[in-house]
Amino acid sequence: MLTRRIIPCFDVDRGRVVKGVSFVELRDAGDPVELARLYDREGADELVFLDITASSDDRSTVYDMVAATADEVFIPFTVGGGIRSALDMKTMLELGADKVSVNTAALQRPELINEGAYRFGSQCIVVAIDARGVHGTPGTWEVYSHGGRQATGRDAVEWAKEAVERGAGELLVTSMDTDGHQTGYDIPMLRAISEAVTVPVVASGGAGSPVHMAQALTEGHADAVLAASIFHFGTYSIRQVKAELAAAGLPMRPVP
Amino acid sequence: MVVVDYGAGNLRSVARAIAHVDAPPVISADPADIDRAGAVVLPGVGAAADTMANLRSRGLEQPLREYIAGGRPFLGVCMGLQALFEYSEEGGRQDCLGVLPGVVRHFGRSALKVPHMGWNTVEWTRDHPVIEGIPSGEHFYFVHSFYPEPAHADDALGITEYGLEFASLVARENVVASQFHPEKSSDRGLQFYANFIRWAQAGGQTSASAAAGANLAR
Repeated sequence: MLTRRIIPCFDVDRGRVVKGVSFVELRDAGDPVELARLYDREGADELVFLDITASSDDRSTVYDMVAATADEVFIPFTVGGGIRSALDMKTMLELGADKVSVNTAALQRPELINEGAYRFGSQCIVVAIDARGVHGTPGTWEVYSHGGRQATGRDAVEWAKEAVERGAGELLVTSMDTDGHQTGYDIPMLRAISEAVTVPVVASGGAGSPVHMAQALTEGHADAVLAASIFHFGTYSIRQVKAELAAAGLPMRPVP
Repeated sequence: MVVVDYGAGNLRSVARAIAHVDAPPVISADPADIDRAGAVVLPGVGAAADTMANLRSRGLEQPLREYIAGGRPFLGVCMGLQALFEYSEEGGRQDCLGVLPGVVRHFGRSALKVPHMGWNTVEWTRDHPVIEGIPSGEHFYFVHSFYPEPAHADDALGITEYGLEFASLVARENVVASQFHPEKSSDRGLQFYANFIRWAQAGGQTSASAAAGANLAR
């Protein structure tokens, strides 16, 4: 049976993992390769690296990181952040990323999704959607670009459908309302998007416990859950999360 | 060991996994390298039409057919599996290499999400050197929208369920092909590559291949 995926996410700045990962057994908590290896051993099903490097002058640092990770880690990983063209996609994929995720660039020029899907296949094109609820209109969510700083006027469900029609093979859906609060994912938004599309949906934003993840996977109809803080700060290990979700009846790949 | 370079997206990942468990393979698009290879791996992701167009434009179709007909060990991965069958339903009908009897079908009009993406279990149907030491029911990583339907049920070495049961690992004589991505399946996937290399170094012969040969003769 196809299992539901548990995906840790790392923010990467100039090739280093930031936002304090605290594991006693790590020699270097900023080393993406060491972290990726650790999470692989812990049972992570995939990894996501979000490149937040501000200056394009430092772009080569993320290239080195992607190549080094691909040399040592044999589970799938996605790279997002700063991917603006089919050439950027090609570079990342050739360096060893399994998927690339696009967000702002796809909102500015949606044809980028078509180009990526046509040239590299839908299976490696992830469209990341950041959205928040529209005040006074329950059940509707607006898409934001530029790392959540700019409202786009686009409806999240409509944008999700368009992205899939254009060739996205997966959607990474982050609720800006719940992100960082650790009080649970935005279940109604996840469900609305997941029911509107035919491709897998990864839930993001708000994980505080395995119960939240179970909700996203059952009530939210998500295919995978992404989380950062609860893993990085050691609140829960992936092993614990998988054990709890398996006990709740969700299909999980057991930790070796 | 030659990994065929025809522009496949997972070429480097496959080569890295092989390098991790053995020695770095030769990455080549030269038919002469395939002709003298001791083992050949055909990677692949994406669309069947692109895959076949790329193999054709590089003049690799016939060298691959001849290599396989010569009985030497061969591994196809994902699209490198689908390319071995007679044709794929992708885009109506896409003719493939035709070295394995059977066709490639779309998951189609089920309620399930397509692509089939993530970790799924593979149940072995029999023994084979490439799965030695890997228990039946282990998880491997999949990303695909089409699945192989071998004409001979005996060719299915591994079975996976996604709305329907399909052959996720195929083995016939000197040819082994996985729909899953061993290079992305963590330790079990690396073990699979190590097994393939050991089997290839031993010449790619099995009692199962003798049985398959008997089938073919019939």
